[in-house]
Amino acid sequence: MGGEVTALPVAAGPAGPSLKVRLRRAERARQWRAFALVGPLLLFLAFTFLIPLAGMLWRSVDDWEVPQVLPRTAAAIGGWDGAGLPAEPVYAALAEDLMQAYRERSTAVAAKRLNYAQQGFRTLLMSTARQLKAMPPDGGARDALAAIDPAWTERSTWAAIRGARGPATDFYLLAALDLRRDLDGAVVSAPEDQSIYRDVFLRTFTIGAGVTALCLILGFPVAYLLANLPARQSNLLMIFVLLSFWTSLLVRTCAWIVLLQSNGIVNDALRWVGLIDEPLRMIYNRVGVYVAMTHVLMPFMILPLYSVMKGIPPAYMRAAASLGAPPAVAFVRVYLPQTLPGIAAGSLLVFILGIGYYITPALVGGAGDQMISSLIAFYTTDTVNWGLASALGAVLLVATSVLGVVYGRLVQAGATSGGLKS
Amino acid sequence: MSNHAPRTTGQRFAWGATVVVSALVFAFLVAPILAIVPLSFSSGSFLTYPLPGFSLRWYQDFLQSDRWMLSVKNSFIIGIASTLLAMLLGTLAALGLSTWKSRWKAVVLAVVLSPMVVPVVITGVGLYFFFAPLGLTGNYWGLILAHTALATPFVVVTVSATLQGFDMNLVRAAASLGASPVVAFRRVTLPLILPGMASGGLFAFATSFDEVVTVLFLAGPEQRTLPREMFAGIRENISPTITAVAVILTALSIILLVVMEALRRRTERLRGNAP
Repeated sequence: MGGEVTALPVAAGPAGPSLKVRLRRAERARQWRAFALVGPLLLFLAFTFLIPLAGMLWRSVDDWEVPQVLPRTAAAIGGWDGAGLPAEPVYAALAEDLMQAYRERSTAVAAKRLNYAQQGFRTLLMSTARQLKAMPPDGGARDALAAIDPAWTERSTWAAIRGARGPATDFYLLAALDLRRDLDGAVVSAPEDQSIYRDVFLRTFTIGAGVTALCLILGFPVAYLLANLPARQSNLLMIFVLLSFWTSLLVRTCAWIVLLQSNGIVNDALRWVGLIDEPLRMIYNRVGVYVAMTHVLMPFMILPLYSVMKGIPPAYMRAAASLGAPPAVAFVRVYLPQTLPGIAAGSLLVFILGIGYYITPALVGGAGDQMISSLIAFYTTDTVNWGLASALGAVLLVATSVLGVVYGRLVQAGATSGGLKS
Repeated sequence: MSNHAPRTTGQRFAWGATVVVSALVFAFLVAPILAIVPLSFSSGSFLTYPLPGFSLRWYQDFLQSDRWMLSVKNSFIIGIASTLLAMLLGTLAALGLSTWKSRWKAVVLAVVLSPMVVPVVITGVGLYFFFAPLGLTGNYWGLILAHTALATPFVVVTVSATLQGFDMNLVRAAASLGASPVVAFRRVTLPLILPGMASGGLFAFATSFDEVVTVLFLAGPEQRTLPREMFAGIRENISPTITAVAVILTALSIILLVVMEALRRRTERLRGNAP
């Protein structure tokens, strides 16, 4: 794009500042005007996108429950080094906090948070608060609490409170990766039976990679055909790709359910042909997820591949042929390397979009096919564990951002600029 | 223009294989969309072939349902409002980005385009946390803002693409002929970038009209949109009414696609005429 200066006053008086200075000034004003045009969108996105995302990231480390409900305990327990049991003043602080929390009916908030750290803590805290009728005498807080529940003489109970004393915690982020801190603060893996998130992440990336591979294998010949047919025919065929691209996601997902269900068209056809006797299970399982997601994401593979292939001059292939390369060799050694930017861009795009999918797996997958997005939604709206939802979101966001930056580099370096290369 | 006129048997075979695979993929892409069209006209209530008879009862069911009609209204209100907002913000930004030169430009561009790449569920959760205390959930405002954020990148991309083929000398010529910047913009720049703005607007509308994730988080029962009702319907039990809705939506997509194609041709023609 032209970076030259726009209309300048033509007559330069000998008394005025030099042309160079005025040119620079005009250019600076131009740059400010340009920035002022981008400003509104940046402000808008700050409010509707950046601040909400930052808020979500903050929630993944925010530990507000215990400092708010049990403020004295949170302050006092910082002085405990984690060895043995905390000193008497910490017990007294907890007793006082619990009495107040019970009056204000806020115990459940802290109990919920502490229960994440240790199973059974909810009951412990709620029942202790209920049974603590009066403030224990000076120096008798430990005995009073221990009499209510012996758990108060266990180091792990206090370690849980200490870990939740705020203001920030790595608890949720570690939990999102099936990690936790043991009693001594070292990071360890969660027990086998409580490890779920790594599996879900692995499943998400597996499905993403599988869908990307399917899109590439199926999309490559299509892009090649479209790039090498005469314009009239390829424009006509392109409509198929664009129609699929423009059709509502919900419509396409719905269509696949209708098609693939046990008395659906595909099963009926297979039975009619005689290939199967019993209907195949193709929906509400992994097969359905792969089929529907490949269908939805295919255009994102075909379009970048097509635009790269369209720009490959046929002369190279002719040169290879004239130098005696058999067609297959010429294809692999001359044509294929030139399509790599398209393959990389399309694959990254499909993978990035794929790992963030929520609607399609939610509708065509079974319980064991849900991806990380559906877990994030589940913790946000169903169990209201916002810390964990945010932490899982943060991990997914980091993965997406890294891939997104790579994609941006690729697109900027390659021929397909999306119209934004300056 | 056929670059790869097959010469040897091997080449002919490879080309033939490409054609066959492509035909299967085209069928894969389009067949499911086409397959549900006849089902929506079925007189029976099962989604299986052969059809027991022809009827329009499912379309009637759709048109007479208050729930579906409310969702259509909601989708149009939110779609049109966020499209207009996205076109305004996106066009201004694209105009600015086309002349702005700074080392921050790459960062700003990444920020502006990031709503396209960040998983919508993350945007939805972030907005839900942020908007709820501000009273922006359970009404149109939050949804319009959310959809505008998701749709604006498309306007930025399409208008930027139009501006890339735009000859700045035309604006300079207008200025040298005495046009004020506003007049030059209105009479020279605007008509030339209008196709880009329009196709960006179509993208924006399609984005909003098809978006369901932020609606799941931000909408109350009164703001349920068409895709939100479809989502609920597909989850419960697919009734033929949903196939009727799907066919109507597909028809709408085809209209959008045709308009888009016409706009693209127009842009190419305009660009071809530019010196």
